[in-house]
Amino acid sequence: MKTKAILVGLILALAGLGLILFGCGSAKKTEPYVVGSIFSISGPASYLGEPERNSVEMVAEAINAKGGINGHPLKLVIYDDEGDVTKARLHATKLAQDKDCLAVIGPSVTPASMTVLEITQKAKLPLISCAAGVGITAPAKDRVWVFKTAQTDQMAADRIYQYLQKHNLKQVAILTVSNTFGVSGKDQLLALAPKYGIQVVAQEVFGEKDTDMTPQLTKLRGTPAQAVICWGIGPAPALVAKNMKQLGMTIPLIQSHGAASKKFIELAGDAGEGIIMPAGKLAVWQQLPDTDPQKAVCKEYAEKYQAKFKAPESGFGGYAYDAIRMLNQALAKAGTDREKIRGELEGLKNFAGVSGIFNMSSEDHNGLSPAAFVMVKIHNGGFQLVD
Amino acid sequence: MEIFAPLLQYLFSGLTNGAIYALIALGFGIIYNATTIINFAQGEMVMLGALSAISIYHLAPSLPLAFAGAVVLVTLVGLVFERLALRPVKDPSPIVLIIITVGGAVLIKGVAMLLWGKEAYTLPPFSGDAPIHLGEATILPQNLWVLGITAISVVALEAFFRLTLVGKAMRAVAYNTRAARLVGIAAGRMVQLSFGLSAALGAGAGILIAPLTLGVYDMGTMLGLKGFSAAIIGGLGSLSGGVLGGLVLGVAEALATGFISSGYRDAVAFLLLLLVLFLRPQGLVGGRK
Repeated sequence: MKTKAILVGLILALAGLGLILFGCGSAKKTEPYVVGSIFSISGPASYLGEPERNSVEMVAEAINAKGGINGHPLKLVIYDDEGDVTKARLHATKLAQDKDCLAVIGPSVTPASMTVLEITQKAKLPLISCAAGVGITAPAKDRVWVFKTAQTDQMAADRIYQYLQKHNLKQVAILTVSNTFGVSGKDQLLALAPKYGIQVVAQEVFGEKDTDMTPQLTKLRGTPAQAVICWGIGPAPALVAKNMKQLGMTIPLIQSHGAASKKFIELAGDAGEGIIMPAGKLAVWQQLPDTDPQKAVCKEYAEKYQAKFKAPESGFGGYAYDAIRMLNQALAKAGTDREKIRGELEGLKNFAGVSGIFNMSSEDHNGLSPAAFVMVKIHNGGFQLVD
Repeated sequence: MEIFAPLLQYLFSGLTNGAIYALIALGFGIIYNATTIINFAQGEMVMLGALSAISIYHLAPSLPLAFAGAVVLVTLVGLVFERLALRPVKDPSPIVLIIITVGGAVLIKGVAMLLWGKEAYTLPPFSGDAPIHLGEATILPQNLWVLGITAISVVALEAFFRLTLVGKAMRAVAYNTRAARLVGIAAGRMVQLSFGLSAALGAGAGILIAPLTLGVYDMGTMLGLKGFSAAIIGGLGSLSGGVLGGLVLGVAEALATGFISSGYRDAVAFLLLLLVLFLRPQGLVGGRK
């Protein structure tokens, strides 16, 4: 076992050496295309950054194995911002000063993306963020050089309300976590409610690290709410599900996309059964009809990721996967001209990614619609596509 | 009736959390009594208890075994922590030792993150999760376990300190270390024992709440702070004070969440702490000094 690993290591090292030698020996044509990446690989948001780093490395390896982009190898410069805005800014400054850097992927979280985009905009360096915040790419006229691949909270809220409307549930209670994710979710839920004729009859919050939500739920129980929408991330939403079961509440519980992970199903246990939430199509790609253009992309991503990293794929890694594939396409057409790369990204149409079908335009630098989310239901310890 | 039904639910919720705070507060109190330092690594013992119990349960799915194994393991951690981090200190003034415990807490949390990762884990409840209806309110069997085991621990501790020779020796060290030494009590041994005992209590608290709150590497910090607040509110060093402080804090949090707004939950805990410090610095029960 061990000797085999050493052998594989040796071969890889030799191959690497060969690449370097080959790279040095050949003519100017094979100068690498340099792409910077800033992810929260360590720190509290590492659940985002780690799969993102893995995904871009996986794609870059595949591209280089096939001879690079028009003969140019793709060189990734990856930085870890540890979820820290200041560090993200420093790394962005370094990348912006690098004349060879053609574009930047990341950062993983919204606050870091907001600060990094200031620098990349000034340097006229295309940025493809992997964070969710609407403000990263809107308004597009002020975000000429910024794109993003992650779905926004607004799309998730849209999707949830569409579902409620369809099932004729008009009065909802919302329970949100008191961090940026929850605050943004609450804003979107409150802003969109009138559009779908839905009345928010109660709103409560809980702390990220809270361990008992029965008081909040007891309060909600006393309202005429027909459904509870919980907007949170991490273990807390699973506790909300458990607490609702404890209190014997039978109205439907709808979670946000922040809970759409296998871990949530595991943590919520029996209490998870029947919970509905919006999720990226990656979570249920096996159940998608073959006509869905995203099915093949999701399948390829999931299978390759699992084979390479021996870990389950995640929608977060998918953001970076989409970003680097987009960039690959743009670089192939535009070469090293940053202005042209930007133009290619803006002109991207019907690009089937893991996170949705992207249709970029000068007004929309995210290019996704609420259809990027599907509604899923937890059933027998797995996700079931419901809508 | 309109107010009464939710009130009962808030009380149950508050008492369960309060019992956990009480167990942690007791850990603070025992160490404070023996050494006059605050052991800020106490919250991490709770986390270690929860996570080790979960790991042991995954290896051998028996809850009593997981409970006992985790308590023993964490007690050892407490003893080793005292031996390696605190005893060798050349200048054992309280402030130095307290800062060392803060460092210890960060270290333990970091090691736990490496061992267990950043994910949360579940432990099955001790006796099912079918809610029990009490009037309009519901309570889980696990809540009863928390309250029951806390009550037993408090009684056992009280008996230990009042009735056994070792317990009396520990109290003697607390009252006057030099005098205790003069009559032949091994003060160092008593200090170590206090760390072991506190770690065991913390671990117990962690295991008890793991089925309700999940176990995750960073759960200890907030619980430690709440337990510390409970100990101060009740009066540092007083066992009954710690228990009272914990219960008051837990219920106040639940009532604030229920009747005012859920955003004020943590604020209430620390507001209560400040109020007690301003108005009755010796705590509700009033420790010695």
